[in-house]
Amino acid sequence: MRKAIEISGLSKSYGKLLALDNISLSLDKGELFGLIGPDGAGKSSLYRILATLSRPDKGSACVCGLDTVIDYGRIRTKIGYMPERFSLYQDLTVSENLQFFASLFRVSVYDNYDLIAPIFGQLERFPNRKAGALSGGMKQKLALSCALIHRPEILLLDEPTTGVDAVSRSEFWEILSCLKQQGITILVSTSYMDEATQCERVAMMDKGRILKTGTPQNLVAGLGENLYNATASDMFRLLSELRRLPEVVDCYTFGATLHVVGADGFDPKKTSGMLKSAGLSAVSIYPAEGNIEDLFIKLTLNERQ
Amino acid sequence: MKCSELSPKMPREENNMAMIHSLIKKETLHILRDKRTMLITLLMPLVLLLLFGFAISTEVNDVRIVVVVENHTDRTRQIIEKLKVNEYFAFQGLTSTGEVESLLRAGKTDAALFLRDNNGMLKSQILVDASNTTSAQAITGYIEAVLHNGSATSQVLTYTLYNPQMKSAYNFVPGIMGMIFILICAIMTSVSIVREKETGTMDLLLVSPIKPLSIILGKLVPYFLLSCIILAIMLLIAYTLLGLPFSAAVVNVIVISLIYIILSLSIGLLISTIVSTQLTALIVSAVAFMLPVIMLSGMIFPVDNMPVALQCISCIIPARWYIEAMRKLMIQQLDIRFVIQEIAILLSMTIVLLTLSVKKFGSVK
Amino acid sequence: MKDNNNTVISVRNLTKMFGSFSAVDHISFDVGRGEIFGFLGANGAGKTTAMRMLCGLSYPTSGDGFVAGCDINTQAEKIKRRIGYMSQKFSLYGNLTVMENLRLFATVYGMSDKEIKEASTHIFRNLEMVNMRDTLVKEIPVGWRQKIAFATATIHRPEVVFLDEPTGGVDPITRRKFWELIYKASSEGMTVFVTTHYLDEAEYCSRISIMVDGCIKVLDTPHELKKKYNAATMDEVFRIVAKDAKRGE
Repeated sequence: MRKAIEISGLSKSYGKLLALDNISLSLDKGELFGLIGPDGAGKSSLYRILATLSRPDKGSACVCGLDTVIDYGRIRTKIGYMPERFSLYQDLTVSENLQFFASLFRVSVYDNYDLIAPIFGQLERFPNRKAGALSGGMKQKLALSCALIHRPEILLLDEPTTGVDAVSRSEFWEILSCLKQQGITILVSTSYMDEATQCERVAMMDKGRILKTGTPQNLVAGLGENLYNATASDMFRLLSELRRLPEVVDCYTFGATLHVVGADGFDPKKTSGMLKSAGLSAVSIYPAEGNIEDLFIKLTLNERQ
Repeated sequence: MKCSELSPKMPREENNMAMIHSLIKKETLHILRDKRTMLITLLMPLVLLLLFGFAISTEVNDVRIVVVVENHTDRTRQIIEKLKVNEYFAFQGLTSTGEVESLLRAGKTDAALFLRDNNGMLKSQILVDASNTTSAQAITGYIEAVLHNGSATSQVLTYTLYNPQMKSAYNFVPGIMGMIFILICAIMTSVSIVREKETGTMDLLLVSPIKPLSIILGKLVPYFLLSCIILAIMLLIAYTLLGLPFSAAVVNVIVISLIYIILSLSIGLLISTIVSTQLTALIVSAVAFMLPVIMLSGMIFPVDNMPVALQCISCIIPARWYIEAMRKLMIQQLDIRFVIQEIAILLSMTIVLLTLSVKKFGSVK
Repeated sequence: MKDNNNTVISVRNLTKMFGSFSAVDHISFDVGRGEIFGFLGANGAGKTTAMRMLCGLSYPTSGDGFVAGCDINTQAEKIKRRIGYMSQKFSLYGNLTVMENLRLFATVYGMSDKEIKEASTHIFRNLEMVNMRDTLVKEIPVGWRQKIAFATATIHRPEVVFLDEPTGGVDPITRRKFWELIYKASSEGMTVFVTTHYLDEAEYCSRISIMVDGCIKVLDTPHELKKKYNAATMDEVFRIVAKDAKRGE
């Protein structure tokens, strides 16, 4: 089967800054693929190349089997792109925006209305409201409707959930899994690591490189080894005490607890005893399950030192 | 969340015109919705024309003048009578040679005229307070006109040929037109394109199947139409309120103005391809184009009086040629064959700039 | 309330109307000295509006409030001097050096040259970044920039610092280092008022409030909230509380 997206050896620099460093990646058709990494990891640069807005310095990228440099014209009808910011005309109304983007792709709003109906449904109530007067979540839905109006084969979503609250975010992921069922390939980027679990496969990016690719389950498998939760009444002191111990490789806050990465000889009982004798109360150390954040921290650990 | 069945519909094949049409419609909505900017755009030409036409006038009224006469003759009496009835002068009376300097120094008079009839030959001398050179020149001109009235002295006649009453009300029309179109076309076009770059909507346009050339047309056409409305307003004011003599030459004026509008639009387009923020677009348009238009195009300072280096620079400023053409056509009422050179220059500038900006606009970074 | 030395922020029935729309609807709460107060809410719940009033940037339509001993209805200018503010959107001037940024903000808050020198020496030593003193901010990695922004916002030792989504888009390591700074500041007695979309960060706060449709719907310690809603994480708590929000969409 032809790959939906095939990227090999892609590099791009802006002046001195190396935004993408030898990136290789491939997406199957109909996949919901996540690109996870902090700001400045190079996610947006990758999107711009896939959306045929910029050219790679080295390597190549194929979208729907078409080269982004040579066949950019044909790619443009096959992709729906949603840039990082809500890119809508703020002074045009909801329906004017939708109609405008439909006409750009030479379709009528009704041609693919079935596809956007579940998303656009809530917006139908106020077709004459200016896009600028919509709330964040609504703007996002309108932008997604505009990106889908020509029924693209591939949806490129660059940080659609940034600055959106947790409830709206999970709603958005529901929409994406619904679109996936329609056979649309989705490449979505995010800086919220916890969203990785919503994807079928993810690639973790940092500083222009891909750190690791795989299913969320595979990525975190084995991560729980030597990973412990630690709590005490004075968490801040606990953190500094743990960091001082030679058998602790890394220690960092993790929600309500601390995560402790132990060295090979790490013994939770012995360590908690030591901490208690150092004056800490209510010390508790117990095994933890790792998640994507733990992995990211682990993968970038060597670099930090 | 309902999921409906996959039923792909192929994009309908239509001609490019429909897409351009919707781009133009969108841009028009932008312009119409931004009420404040539109009001300024439409009012500015009006205000500028009326301001320069009536309030800021270079003509000098009520010039205080004293006359020193060595020996009175019919000729000298005649001249004094003329000064007395002339609306431009406030005749202060006769005085002596010794008094003149102190009067001028004290600022009690603006000019002194010395008259001496030498056996029928009238010798005259003019002393003017030249602390303001522009008005000094004008005053000298007025006095000379009074002195030589009737007698054929070509020098003075040429000075007033195209503006017999020395009225300046419509002298500024070509200059203001040259400025307004740069302002509206270059600044507004570049800002509106760069705004889309800033908000990211330009990326969406670029990744759609629409051709860059269509995007450009969709941007330029609405501003072209807006400029046409402004052109109509300005010509209307010039020919009615400002009293510019109406003739068939108005067709030529319109044709050349349209070329100039397209030229200004290309400048705006070019700026938008270079800069990336609205603010820079505004500054570049203002500093690189507006200022030279005002300073070097001959709108205020005559090109002939400039140093050679500046004269050379003024050659590459489109407004200079436009304003010159407009002067010839509107003020001097010359035939179109006298502005062939200007038209040729404007046309070639338009072609070069338009090609350059379209090429730059479409290139993928 | 004003005289109570241990209450830094105290708000009673604070309301802000925009026309007939009540963006903030009679909210009341107290924040104690040295607390890390998490101010959460769905998009459009009124967080930003409430925070603007607390920072002296807008006046309430009705209700009373004291921030760092100043009345928000009458002493807005005085409040601005006694608080620190940092937001993700604007924090530092990229084309100034670290020291120039520090000096600029310190001067804004009326610090003398001597005080600035002492404070900056302390900051550079504390953050282990003496060598970055004269580097342009835009050339510094995001993680460091974040710390400098915090140091800048607190250089005048304010009683309370307001952090508006300080860690958006930042990598997990930088995010954690940033929170360690917050801990440190709080342990030194500074009150921290913070908004965030990362709900794991909410666990680090001493107390949490969640705003829904202009009102504070819940306010308690993360531990108590999780117990009350029978949830394992703050994320679950937030979902349960913010689910019924009518506004914002």
